[in-house]
Amino acid sequence: MIKEVNNSVSVDDLKKFKDEVLHKYPKKVAKKRDKAILLNDPETPPQIQANVRTIPGIITQRGCTYAGCKGVVLGPTRDIINITHGPIGCGFYSWLTRRNQTKPETETDENFMMYCFSTDMQDSNIVFGGEEKLKQAIREAYELFHPKAIAIFSTCPVGLIGDDVHRVARHMKEEIGGDINIFGFSCEGYRGVSQSAGHHIANNGLFKNLIGRDDEKRGDLKYRVNLLGEYNIGGDAFELERVFEKCGINLIATFSGNSTIQKFENAHTADLNMVMCHRSINYVAEMMETAFGIPWIKVQPIGADSTAKMLRKIGQYFGEQELIDKIEEVIAEEMVPVIAAREKALKKTNGKTAMLFVGGSRAHHYQNLFEELGMSTLSAGYEFGHRDDYEGRVVIPTIQIDADSRNIEEISVTKDETRYNPRKTEEELKALEADGMEFNGYEGLMPQMAKGSLVIDDLSHYEMEKLIELYKPDVFCAGIKEKFCVQKMGVPLKQLHSYDYGGPYAGFKGAINFYEDIEMIASTTIWKELKAPWESETYVEAQYAY
Amino acid sequence: MRKIAIYGKGGIGKSTTTQNTVAGLAEMGKNVMVVGCDPKADSTRLLLHGLAQKTVLDTLREEGEDVELDDVMKSGFKGTHCVESGGPEPGVGCAGRGIITSINLLEQLGAYDDDKALDYVFYDVLGDVVCGGFAMPIRDGKAQEVYIVCSGEMMAMYAANNICKSISKFGKVGDVRLGGLICNSRKVDNEANMIQEFAKKLGTQMIHFVPRDNMVQHAEINRKTVIDHAPEHPQADEYRALAKKINDNTMQVIPTPLAMQELEDLLVGFGIMN
Repeated sequence: MIKEVNNSVSVDDLKKFKDEVLHKYPKKVAKKRDKAILLNDPETPPQIQANVRTIPGIITQRGCTYAGCKGVVLGPTRDIINITHGPIGCGFYSWLTRRNQTKPETETDENFMMYCFSTDMQDSNIVFGGEEKLKQAIREAYELFHPKAIAIFSTCPVGLIGDDVHRVARHMKEEIGGDINIFGFSCEGYRGVSQSAGHHIANNGLFKNLIGRDDEKRGDLKYRVNLLGEYNIGGDAFELERVFEKCGINLIATFSGNSTIQKFENAHTADLNMVMCHRSINYVAEMMETAFGIPWIKVQPIGADSTAKMLRKIGQYFGEQELIDKIEEVIAEEMVPVIAAREKALKKTNGKTAMLFVGGSRAHHYQNLFEELGMSTLSAGYEFGHRDDYEGRVVIPTIQIDADSRNIEEISVTKDETRYNPRKTEEELKALEADGMEFNGYEGLMPQMAKGSLVIDDLSHYEMEKLIELYKPDVFCAGIKEKFCVQKMGVPLKQLHSYDYGGPYAGFKGAINFYEDIEMIASTTIWKELKAPWESETYVEAQYAY
Repeated sequence: MRKIAIYGKGGIGKSTTTQNTVAGLAEMGKNVMVVGCDPKADSTRLLLHGLAQKTVLDTLREEGEDVELDDVMKSGFKGTHCVESGGPEPGVGCAGRGIITSINLLEQLGAYDDDKALDYVFYDVLGDVVCGGFAMPIRDGKAQEVYIVCSGEMMAMYAANNICKSISKFGKVGDVRLGGLICNSRKVDNEANMIQEFAKKLGTQMIHFVPRDNMVQHAEINRKTVIDHAPEHPQADEYRALAKKINDNTMQVIPTPLAMQELEDLLVGFGIMN
């Protein structure tokens, strides 16, 4: 079914945006941005320009490679000591900054997430090399905490002066001895177009250094799954853990919300991988399939209906009536308060409009929630998505490999000789596909968006202001860098990186939270107070009579 | 105070030429400071009669910020002031950043202040201009006058041409100028004529032709400059002549670097390529 763009804004209106914006840009910039701003056609998505370098001078939403590796993928694991190697000015993500939550199972369980580790390189470390200081930092961290694992993250200066963090990791592993796991990431900020390169580097590191180190099958042996690309912002993982547990599904590992080293090491004992944020974690899913024979499916547990859809897919995959029945029972039970909350919110939200420019999957997934609220998405796009996140994985063979992609280490993964075990036979997979399940597939953002809606990659600040000026959406979704600029223009901004102070928004209870928050945002009248009194009041002019 | 930087291809004899020239200037009664900008820290060996110098960066690393000028500056032949910037061992860290740090420290310590009454500061810089750090002496007005040591060998001229590119770049925004080429002879055919022609094309001069003489080697083995080791030898007079020419030099230009083809044509023209 092809969706319609909201009645209040016509397709012709949306075309106007592109003309106006491109007209303002210098010729070369306009030529480049032209390819990243498209009117959507869900049936045959047009080719979008994505994952290319931002034009210097443009205010971008993007982050750096180090941010993607340390901040996003490895940040939420509680029992690895993550050391940022670099000057402290580069180390913003050394500290927990993304509202990733974690819940140690016992009081004595390790949790290093509230700590901040950095080598704090000084001028002389740049001149003489920082390897010794890094070794010292690792020694200190070990003596203080005796962690199971230490990871090292490289910032730009480390790459420029050529410190070899991998050599230091090997050296310190030998020096400390025992079974401590120490590994480094060459995730210097400049290495990629955006944080996306950092995700890829982190994925490679997870696979090389953690996944598959522990073969023991723990817990219930039935229905073993992993959830990939879930980072437990505002407690999302807790809600999904609750739902899985209620259904009797054994969640082996989440990459990486509320995760531990042991869960990563044990992840290869699961029988199904579910990919939530395709952009940041699809590499791990692919590698685990190649090495261990675990199929993967794309899921969207954002939005109550799509959470239900995810659960049904799991039921279908394992194919056991007992599980399918349990899942239906859980869905029926969970949907009661969801429907009630939705109906309440709909009164305020129905017919309103939203724009989403965030992440590499969130701009897609959160459209589910807005749809449930009767709100249409006028325009959306990713910060760091690739063409496959927009147009679907079918386009992967046609994506050109450029110099920036070559900057990222390629690791070759082969079948694990002893542990490769296809969880389903070819015939079983074919039968499931015939029944409507899709393996190793992601159709992307564009097929789910309305015809004629605006799809914009790597939205610039100028374009953002223009969008708001022209279309005044009822809610704009982005991050902290955009929040106050947008709100000063009288449009509420919902942060979908940090959820502001809210969440969880995943699963069933998360959907209810989201309904409530958006209902509140969409119905507030505070925005009319935005003008200072002297901007709106009329004054009586008078003159002094002397 | 004249601030002079000596550049040139690695191994061409920059340090030897610099120190011998400085010895000549010192003999003339000039007050000279030499700043070695090479991590190997061997730019003042002949003036100090050995590697007696603790480098600026080593001192900074060991003593912290609390450094006195005397800690890093030693007095050499005829009262020349010798400083070695120093730097990391090969393949580690960032030597370029080291040079920036150490020149900044020297300024901070007042090494260039008027009360030092310096006539000359010489920067002896490692090899080609490999990165921003090594260009430091010719940026921000640290050095105003550059002499390039070269020979009639292809790669030496190629390096000289590259250095000219860097000077012409910084010269447009700052006050750095090329003072001339010093030909340190390798006894290639037609060498003096070719370098003279090369200099002309660059818009500069060959300020002096230093002939090849084994006495330079003898003096080096004795950790001395030729003027110090064998003051009567004709080679000592060559360096005295070079020192005098530099002292009297008024030709300061922004060079016009050659295109690669032009440079090769020059070599062909003087019979080297065939």
